[in-house]
Amino acid sequence: MKKVIKLENLDCANCGMLLERTVAKIDGVSSATVNFMAQKLIIEYDEASETVFENIKKSAKRILPDVKLLGI
Amino acid sequence: MSKTKKNLIKTLTSLAFFTVVLICKILIQSADKYVWAVAFCAVYLLAGHDVLYKAGRNIIRGKVFDENFLMTIASLGAFMLGEYLEACAVMIFYQIGEVFQGYAVGKSRKSISALMDIRPDIARVIRNGKEEEVDPEEVSVGEVITVRAGDRIPLDGVVTEGTCSLNTSALTGESKPQSVSVGEQVISGCLCIDGKLTVEVQKEFYDSTVSKILDMVENASSKKARVESFISVFAKYYTPIVVFSALILAIVPSLITWQWQVWAVRALTFLVVSCPCALVISVPLGFFGGIGGAGGKGILIKGASYVEQISKANVFVFDKTGTLTKGEFSVVDVYPKENREDILRCAYICEKNSNHPIARSIVKECDFTDVGAYSIEEIAGKGIVARANGKVILCGNITLLKDFGIESSVELQTQENWQTRVYTAINGKYLGYIALADTVREEAEEVVLELKKQGCKIYMLTGDGISSAKRVARELHVDEYSYGLLPQDKMTKLESILKAKGKKDVVCFVGDGINDAPVLTRADVGISMGGIGSDSAIEASDAVLMHDSLKGILSAKKITKKTMRIVRQNIFFALAVKFSALALSALGISGMWYAVFADVGVSVLAILNSMRTLKKDNKKGARAF
Repeated sequence: MKKVIKLENLDCANCGMLLERTVAKIDGVSSATVNFMAQKLIIEYDEASETVFENIKKSAKRILPDVKLLGI
Repeated sequence: MSKTKKNLIKTLTSLAFFTVVLICKILIQSADKYVWAVAFCAVYLLAGHDVLYKAGRNIIRGKVFDENFLMTIASLGAFMLGEYLEACAVMIFYQIGEVFQGYAVGKSRKSISALMDIRPDIARVIRNGKEEEVDPEEVSVGEVITVRAGDRIPLDGVVTEGTCSLNTSALTGESKPQSVSVGEQVISGCLCIDGKLTVEVQKEFYDSTVSKILDMVENASSKKARVESFISVFAKYYTPIVVFSALILAIVPSLITWQWQVWAVRALTFLVVSCPCALVISVPLGFFGGIGGAGGKGILIKGASYVEQISKANVFVFDKTGTLTKGEFSVVDVYPKENREDILRCAYICEKNSNHPIARSIVKECDFTDVGAYSIEEIAGKGIVARANGKVILCGNITLLKDFGIESSVELQTQENWQTRVYTAINGKYLGYIALADTVREEAEEVVLELKKQGCKIYMLTGDGISSAKRVARELHVDEYSYGLLPQDKMTKLESILKAKGKKDVVCFVGDGINDAPVLTRADVGISMGGIGSDSAIEASDAVLMHDSLKGILSAKKITKKTMRIVRQNIFFALAVKFSALALSALGISGMWYAVFADVGVSVLAILNSMRTLKKDNKKGARAF
C-alpha cells in the first residue's frame, strides 16, 4: 500500500532526509521518501502491520518534535 | 507565514543590536572587558535562544549531529575563548541564512502551485432543479453541473447544453482558446472564458483529469535521481567526518605547538561549516523547480529521476501512427486534377453523412453547401451509391466500380500502398479518384532533425506495411525503422534496442500511450503525448506531453538539461566553497566570520540559482501564462 502523509513545519531539508532514513527503517515500511518541496512523506507499507503508523509517528516525534504528520 | 515573519523580525532586531554594540565598542575602547561580554551575551541570546533551546532538547534525545547543536557548540566555544564578536556573528548570520532559506523555499513552493493551479474550488451542481455550490468531491457520476464564465471545469464530462470558449493553457500549455459545444467532451481543469455550459459528469473527482495530474506532480515517483542519492549519502557522512576532524584539529596540533586557543578557534570554525544544508536544499529545490517549470509548459515529468533521464536521453524510439503522423487520414491527391471539383462534389454527396474516418476526411476537404437531395445506399465493404432524378453517383473502392461494370475505363495506375483510394463515377462514367493518407505532423521533421543535431539516434516502429513506413522514414530522416510490427513485436524490438545500447545511452520511447503502454513502461523513459483524458497513458509513461505536439520533446530536453546544469553547478559550487572554507580555516587564514559567511552565502546562492529553473523562457516559443 502506498500512502501520502502531509507534513507540517518541516523547515530544513536535511531534517527531511533524516526523517526519510528513520522511517524507512521501521518494520512494515518498505520504502519512504520525503518530498521536501511538497512537504510530503510518501511511504509504501505492509497493510498487515497494525502498528506501522504508530511507529512512524513515534519516531518522527523523537527526531523532529516540531514536525506534525497529518492524515495518519 | 507568521513564523517566517517572526523569525525575520527577531533576526533583524538582533542584527541592529549587534551593530550598535559593535559601534559602541569601537568608539568607547576604554570600558571594561566584562561590559562588552555582557552586551554581546545579550545580543547572542536574543539571536540564538531558540537554537540553544533546540540544541538542548536534542542533546537530551541523544542527537548530536544536528545543525542547531553544531551552531551552539561553535558559538558557545567562541564565547568561552573570549571571541564574543565572532560568537554573535555566527549566530546572527546563521539566522539570516535560515530566514532567507525559509523565504526562498516558500516562494518557490508557491510559484509552483500557481503554475499548477488547476484545482477547481467548487462545482455548481443542479439538484432538485436548483443550483447548489458544492465541493467537486461530492458530485457523483451522472449528475449535471453548470459552468459559468470564469469557472474552472470541476469534473470531466460531456456538454449537454450551451457553448463556451475554454482556456486549456494550465493543462496543455496551449494559449489559444478552444471552443466547445453540445456533445463534446470537456476535461476538468480548463478555464471557461465566456459562455455557459451544462455538463453531465462522467468521472468522479478522484478519477478526473485534474486529480490525476495533481497527483502525478505532487507525489512524483519515489525514484531518486542519481545526483539526489549522491547527496543523501554525502550528507549522511559529511557532518560526522567534519566534526571528528574538528576534534582532531583541536587536539593534535595543540599537543605539538601548545597553542590551545588558536587551534580551538580553528576547530570551532570547522563546526560552522559542517552542516550540508546548502547541498541538501539546493538539489531538490532545483528539481522541483524544473518539474514545475516543465509543468507550466504542458509537460508533466513524474519525478527527479526522469528529469535526469530525459536530459540524457540519446536514443529516441518513436511510434509512427499518431505520434510522428497525425493518425488520421487526409486527402493528399485528387486525380485527374481537371476533374477535381466534380470528383469532390460526387464524393461529398455520397459521404457527407457517413461517420467512416475516410468519409470524414473527404468531407473536411470540401466546402459545398447545397448539393441537392439524394437517396443514399451503402454497400458494405465497397462504398456508397447515391441516386436522384436518374443520376447515379458511385463512390467507393475498385470493387464497387467493377460491380457497376465501369472497371475497364479506370486507368490501371500503379497503386502505391501507403495511399487509400476512393474512386468516383457518375452515370456509368469514371471520373477519377481521391487519394488519402495518414499525414506526417508538421513539426515532426523539425523535431527529428533537431534531435539528430543534438546527437540522438532516431528509430521508428510501426505496425503498418513497408511502403508507408518507408515513406515516413524517408520524409523525416529517421535513422532506422521497423515495420509490420504487432504490439508484442514492438516490445521485442525495443528490448533489442535496449540490449544493443551503450552503457551511457538512455532510450526514450515516444508514443500516444493508447496501445503502447507496456513499451512506454519498459523504455528507460516513456513519453506519451496528447494523453490528456487517457488514464492509461498518464499511468504508463514517465512524462506526458499534454499539448498534442512533438515540439514538447524539444522543450522537455531543454528544460531538463537546464535543470541538470543548475543542479550540478550547485553541487560543485557548494562543495568547492565548503572545502575551501575548511582548508582556509584549518590553516588559520580565514576566521569564524568568513566561515559563517561562506556557509550562509553558499546556501543563499544555491537557492537563488535553483530558482532559475522556475523562470520561464522569455524567448520565442514561450507560452503566454
